Amino acid sequence: MKIAIASKGNSLDSLLDMNFGRCECFIIYDTENKEVEVLSNPNKDALEAAGTTSVQLMAARSVSKIVAGEFGMKIKPLLDSLRIQMIVFNKPETSVRKLISMLNH
Amino acid sequence: MSPRNTTLRKVVNPPQIKGFKPYGAENSKLNSEPVILLLEEYEALRLCDYDHCNQLEASVLMGVSRPTFTRVYASALRKIAKAFVEARVISIKGGRVYFDSDWFHCRSCGCFFNNPDKEQTIANCPLCCSDEISGYDYACG
Ligand SMILES: [Zn+2]
Repeated sequence: MKIAIASKGNSLDSLLDMNFGRCECFIIYDTENKEVEVLSNPNKDALEAAGTTSVQLMAARSVSKIVAGEFGMKIKPLLDSLRIQMIVFNKPETSVRKLISMLNH
Repeated sequence: MSPRNTTLRKVVNPPQIKGFKPYGAENSKLNSEPVILLLEEYEALRLCDYDHCNQLEASVLMGVSRPTFTRVYASALRKIAKAFVEARVISIKGGRVYFDSDWFHCRSCGCFFNNPDKEQTIANCPLCCSDEISGYDYACG
Protein backbone atom coordinates (compact mmCIF):
# COMPACT_ATOMS: atom_id res chain seq x y z
CA MET A 1 0.00 0.00 0.00
CA LYS A 2 1.24 3.46 -0.88
CA ILE A 3 0.96 6.30 1.60
CA ALA A 4 1.75 9.86 0.54
CA ILE A 5 3.13 12.37 3.02
CA ALA A 6 2.89 16.09 2.23
CA SER A 7 6.42 17.32 2.90
CA LYS A 8 8.18 20.67 3.10
CA GLY A 9 11.28 19.19 1.45
CA ASN A 10 12.73 16.26 -0.46
CA SER A 11 14.35 14.28 2.34
CA LEU A 12 13.24 12.08 5.20
CA ASP A 13 14.31 14.83 7.60
CA SER A 14 11.94 17.31 5.96
CA LEU A 15 8.94 18.37 7.98
CA LEU A 16 5.31 17.58 7.37
CA ASP A 17 3.64 20.26 5.23
CA MET A 18 0.48 21.81 6.63
CA ASN A 19 -1.06 22.28 3.18
CA PHE A 20 -1.75 19.24 1.02
CA GLY A 21 -2.35 20.99 -2.31
CA ARG A 22 0.62 23.35 -2.17
CA CYS A 23 3.21 21.28 -0.35
CA GLU A 24 6.78 21.29 -1.64
CA CYS A 25 7.03 17.52 -2.18
CA PHE A 26 5.03 14.35 -1.83
CA ILE A 27 7.00 11.58 -0.22
CA ILE A 28 5.39 8.29 -1.12
CA TYR A 29 6.08 5.40 1.17
CA ASP A 30 5.33 1.88 -0.01
CA THR A 31 4.49 -0.29 3.01
CA GLU A 32 5.14 -3.53 1.11
CA ASN A 33 8.72 -3.03 -0.07
CA LYS A 34 9.53 -0.15 2.35
CA GLU A 35 10.62 2.00 -0.57
CA VAL A 36 10.37 5.76 -0.58
CA GLU A 37 9.72 7.85 -3.66
CA VAL A 38 10.10 11.62 -3.69
CA LEU A 39 7.86 13.60 -6.03
CA SER A 40 8.27 17.34 -6.20
CA ASN A 41 4.86 18.95 -6.35
CA PRO A 42 4.35 20.52 -9.78
CA ASN A 43 1.38 22.45 -8.40
CA LYS A 44 3.00 24.12 -5.42
CA ASP A 45 3.00 27.59 -6.99
CA ALA A 46 -0.27 27.23 -8.88
CA LEU A 47 -2.70 30.01 -8.13
CA GLU A 48 -5.73 27.86 -8.68
CA ALA A 49 -6.67 24.22 -8.61
CA ALA A 50 -3.42 23.21 -6.86
CA GLY A 51 -5.41 20.85 -4.70
CA THR A 52 -7.42 19.18 -7.42
CA THR A 53 -4.34 18.67 -9.61
CA SER A 54 -2.50 17.20 -6.63
CA VAL A 55 -5.41 14.81 -6.06
CA GLN A 56 -5.09 13.61 -9.66
CA LEU A 57 -1.37 13.09 -9.14
CA MET A 58 -2.06 10.96 -6.05
CA ALA A 59 -4.67 8.91 -7.89
CA ALA A 60 -2.26 8.33 -10.79
CA ARG A 61 0.31 6.96 -8.30
CA SER A 62 -2.30 4.64 -6.73
CA VAL A 63 -1.90 6.20 -3.30
CA SER A 64 -4.31 4.80 -0.68
CA LYS A 65 -3.71 7.25 2.16
CA ILE A 66 -2.38 10.77 2.49
CA VAL A 67 -0.91 12.40 5.57
CA ALA A 68 -0.97 16.22 5.68
CA GLY A 69 -1.51 19.00 8.18
CA GLU A 70 -4.64 20.11 6.37
CA PHE A 71 -6.73 19.33 3.31
CA GLY A 72 -8.56 22.04 1.42
CA MET A 73 -12.31 22.24 1.34
CA LYS A 74 -12.58 21.30 -2.32
CA ILE A 75 -10.22 18.36 -1.83
CA LYS A 76 -12.10 16.22 0.60
CA PRO A 77 -15.08 15.26 -1.59
CA LEU A 78 -12.61 14.39 -4.36
CA LEU A 79 -10.51 12.15 -2.13
CA ASP A 80 -13.69 10.66 -0.68
CA SER A 81 -14.94 9.72 -4.12
CA LEU A 82 -11.54 8.18 -4.94
CA ARG A 83 -11.58 6.33 -1.61
CA ILE A 84 -8.25 7.78 -0.60
CA GLN A 85 -8.02 8.08 3.16
CA MET A 86 -7.07 11.45 4.66
CA ILE A 87 -4.98 11.61 7.81
CA VAL A 88 -4.90 15.09 9.31
CA PHE A 89 -1.89 15.54 11.58
CA ASN A 90 -1.68 19.04 13.07
CA LYS A 91 1.91 18.82 14.30
CA PRO A 92 4.09 20.86 11.93
CA GLU A 93 7.32 19.95 13.71
CA THR A 94 7.01 16.27 12.73
CA SER A 95 9.58 14.89 10.28
CA VAL A 96 8.72 12.54 7.43
CA ARG A 97 11.07 9.98 9.00
CA LYS A 98 9.07 10.10 12.22
CA LEU A 99 5.79 9.66 10.34
CA ILE A 100 7.15 6.66 8.45
CA SER A 101 8.26 5.08 11.72
CA MET A 102 4.73 5.63 13.06
CA LEU A 103 3.26 4.01 9.95
CA ASN A 104 5.49 0.99 10.53
CA HIS A 105 4.04 0.76 14.05
CA MET B 1 -35.36 28.87 16.37
CA SER B 2 -36.71 29.54 12.91
CA PRO B 3 -37.29 26.49 10.69
CA ARG B 4 -34.74 27.55 8.10
CA ASN B 5 -32.04 27.27 10.73
CA THR B 6 -32.66 23.57 11.19
CA THR B 7 -30.74 22.46 8.09
CA LEU B 8 -27.37 21.01 8.93
CA ARG B 9 -24.44 22.58 7.15
CA LYS B 10 -21.72 20.42 5.75
CA VAL B 11 -18.23 21.11 7.06
CA VAL B 12 -15.19 19.25 5.82
CA ASN B 13 -12.25 19.76 8.16
CA PRO B 14 -12.22 21.17 11.65
CA PRO B 15 -10.30 24.38 12.33
CA GLN B 16 -6.86 23.66 13.78
CA ILE B 17 -7.49 25.94 16.71
CA LYS B 18 -10.26 26.76 19.15
CA GLY B 19 -10.09 30.50 18.59
CA PHE B 20 -8.09 33.74 18.57
CA LYS B 21 -6.95 36.11 21.24
CA PRO B 22 -6.15 39.78 20.70
CA TYR B 23 -2.83 41.09 21.98
CA GLY B 24 -1.37 44.53 22.56
CA ALA B 25 -4.30 45.91 24.50
CA GLU B 26 -4.11 46.50 28.22
CA ASN B 27 -5.82 43.65 29.97
CA SER B 28 -8.35 45.99 31.47
CA LYS B 29 -9.35 47.10 27.98
CA LEU B 30 -9.82 43.55 26.70
CA ASN B 31 -13.47 42.85 26.31
CA SER B 32 -14.20 39.83 28.45
CA GLU B 33 -17.17 38.58 26.44
CA PRO B 34 -15.87 36.45 23.53
CA VAL B 35 -17.37 36.47 20.06
CA ILE B 36 -18.64 32.99 19.23
CA LEU B 37 -17.86 32.15 15.61
CA LEU B 38 -19.96 29.13 14.62
CA LEU B 39 -18.24 26.32 12.72
CA GLU B 40 -20.43 26.94 9.68
CA GLU B 41 -19.40 30.61 9.74
CA TYR B 42 -15.74 29.61 9.90
CA GLU B 43 -16.32 27.23 7.00
CA ALA B 44 -18.16 29.83 4.91
CA LEU B 45 -15.31 32.29 5.33
CA ARG B 46 -12.74 29.65 4.55
CA LEU B 47 -14.54 28.51 1.39
CA CYS B 48 -14.93 32.03 0.01
CA ASP B 49 -11.75 33.76 1.07
CA TYR B 50 -9.25 30.97 1.58
CA ASP B 51 -10.26 28.37 -0.99
CA HIS B 52 -11.59 31.05 -3.37
CA CYS B 53 -14.92 29.43 -4.10
CA ASN B 54 -17.66 31.72 -5.30
CA GLN B 55 -20.77 31.85 -3.13
CA LEU B 56 -22.70 29.45 -5.32
CA GLU B 57 -19.95 26.80 -5.26
CA ALA B 58 -19.55 27.29 -1.54
CA SER B 59 -23.27 26.91 -0.88
CA VAL B 60 -23.28 23.64 -2.84
CA LEU B 61 -20.26 22.35 -0.90
CA MET B 62 -21.97 23.16 2.38
CA GLY B 63 -25.29 21.72 1.24
CA VAL B 64 -27.30 24.90 1.84
CA SER B 65 -29.20 27.34 -0.35
CA ARG B 66 -27.43 30.33 -1.77
CA PRO B 67 -29.39 32.83 0.41
CA THR B 68 -28.60 30.79 3.53
CA PHE B 69 -24.95 30.75 2.60
CA THR B 70 -24.93 34.50 2.07
CA ARG B 71 -26.45 34.98 5.51
CA VAL B 72 -23.94 32.70 7.23
CA TYR B 73 -21.04 34.37 5.42
CA ALA B 74 -22.25 37.88 6.28
CA SER B 75 -22.61 36.87 9.91
CA ALA B 76 -19.02 35.53 9.94
CA LEU B 77 -17.68 38.85 8.64
CA ARG B 78 -19.69 40.88 11.13
CA LYS B 79 -18.50 38.80 14.05
CA ILE B 80 -14.85 39.01 13.03
CA ALA B 81 -15.11 42.77 12.53
CA LYS B 82 -16.69 43.09 15.97
CA ALA B 83 -13.91 41.04 17.57
CA PHE B 84 -11.21 43.09 15.82
CA VAL B 85 -12.66 46.46 16.67
CA GLU B 86 -13.73 45.67 20.22
CA ALA B 87 -10.64 43.58 21.11
CA ARG B 88 -12.64 40.48 21.85
CA VAL B 89 -11.54 36.86 21.90
CA ILE B 90 -12.95 34.79 19.03
CA SER B 91 -14.11 31.36 20.07
CA ILE B 92 -14.82 28.95 17.22
CA LYS B 93 -17.42 26.41 18.22
CA GLY B 94 -20.93 25.12 17.87
CA GLY B 95 -23.29 25.52 15.00
CA ARG B 96 -25.46 23.13 13.10
CA VAL B 97 -22.89 21.23 11.12
CA TYR B 98 -22.11 17.70 10.08
CA PHE B 99 -19.13 16.17 8.40
CA ASP B 100 -19.30 14.60 5.00
CA SER B 101 -17.91 11.19 5.87
CA ASP B 102 -17.28 9.69 9.26
CA TRP B 103 -14.26 11.15 10.95
CA PHE B 104 -12.27 9.77 13.83
CA HIS B 105 -9.77 11.08 16.32
CA CYS B 106 -6.82 9.11 17.67
CA ARG B 107 -6.16 9.88 21.32
CA SER B 108 -2.73 8.30 21.10
CA CYS B 109 -1.07 10.31 18.30
CA GLY B 110 -3.66 13.08 18.01
CA CYS B 111 -4.43 12.68 14.33
CA PHE B 112 -7.83 12.95 12.67
CA PHE B 113 -8.80 10.62 9.86
CA ASN B 114 -11.80 9.72 7.80
CA ASN B 115 -13.18 6.37 6.82
CA PRO B 116 -13.18 6.34 3.02
CA ASP B 117 -14.82 2.92 2.85
CA LYS B 118 -18.15 3.03 4.61
CA GLU B 119 -18.56 -0.77 4.39
CA GLN B 120 -15.52 -1.31 6.59
CA THR B 121 -15.41 -0.42 10.25
CA ILE B 122 -12.22 1.12 11.53
CA ALA B 123 -10.69 -0.23 14.72
CA ASN B 124 -7.18 1.22 14.61
CA CYS B 125 -5.52 4.51 13.86
CA PRO B 126 -4.12 4.41 10.32
CA LEU B 127 -1.06 6.36 11.46
CA CYS B 128 0.06 4.84 14.77
CA CYS B 129 -2.17 1.72 14.88
CA SER B 130 -3.50 2.56 18.36
CA ASP B 131 -7.01 1.37 19.14
CA GLU B 132 -7.59 4.48 21.26
CA ILE B 133 -9.82 6.00 18.62
CA SER B 134 -13.22 7.56 18.82
CA GLY B 135 -15.71 9.05 16.43
CA TYR B 136 -15.19 12.77 16.14
CA ASP B 137 -18.30 14.88 16.31
CA TYR B 138 -17.33 18.36 15.27
CA ALA B 139 -20.74 19.81 15.94
CA CYS B 140 -20.28 19.22 19.65
CA GLY B 141 -16.66 20.43 19.80
ZN1 LIG C 1 -2.85 7.41 16.12
